[in-house]
Amino acid sequence: MSTETHDCRHLLADLSLYLDGEASATVCAEIEQHLQDCENCRVMVDTLRKTVYLYRHLERPSLPEHLRQQLFKKLDLSELI
Amino acid sequence: MSDDISEQELLDRLRAGDKAACALCIDLHGAHIYRLALSLMKNEADAEDVVQETFLSAFKHIGSFEGRSGLNTWLYRIAYNAAMMRLRRPSPFTLSLDDALEPEIPAMVPDQLFEWCCLPESEFETNETRSFLQAAIEQLPEKLRTVFLLREMDGLSTQEVAEVLGISQDAVKKRLHRSRLWLRERLSEHFAGPMGV
Ligand SMILES: [Zn+2]
Repeated sequence: MSTETHDCRHLLADLSLYLDGEASATVCAEIEQHLQDCENCRVMVDTLRKTVYLYRHLERPSLPEHLRQQLFKKLDLSELI
Repeated sequence: MSDDISEQELLDRLRAGDKAACALCIDLHGAHIYRLALSLMKNEADAEDVVQETFLSAFKHIGSFEGRSGLNTWLYRIAYNAAMMRLRRPSPFTLSLDDALEPEIPAMVPDQLFEWCCLPESEFETNETRSFLQAAIEQLPEKLRTVFLLREMDGLSTQEVAEVLGISQDAVKKRLHRSRLWLRERLSEHFAGPMGV
């Protein structure tokens, strides 16, 4: 196993903490140092960041109106619908 | 009733059996509970049953809610347990070994290193990409999916997710990370595919 691959695997485990700004200063420095020399990990970080961005912009289902009404009726809240 | 009453005030009114407070509670938390139920049950009919059961049970037992966690965390736990009962799974709270069994992140360098993040925005802003991503989330392994949904889509803190699922905060972080890696891999396949990379 090359050193590069070893470092890549090692860093992969901390990438979410890094992206969330929760990694320690030491780990951040280690990652940033590694990214300068490793194209694969740069792609990894960029695409992982973009993944997070994409799913955070998805629409989320809301409570279906018929379910809300059913629930209000069951709870005798009909006058509040 | 205004939406911006404090949680304490809402709780006081719920405990007093105030109907408007029940309605407000459903409107504040219903969508979140529905999304969790849908993700666990994987069909709308069962998800709707879980939502009904959750609120009926919550209002009935509101007197026993001690308020040590947030109301949302408590509601999620009720919904999660209700879903697990329907799926006939053992309660997660009996699985104290869970964290010991937490699988490590596979020691692998990901397969897909195609640099798709810098594709033109038009590649991302399509319904096709959105549907693909939505489907990929639904296909996340269940252990990952629930953590992912609560933490990323519903914005619970790591600590709140840990409380809802009865696992350690470290396990929450690991599962979230594995979810992201998994989704990134799916997206890479998606974007690399049609371009023959
Ligand atoms: Zn690397």
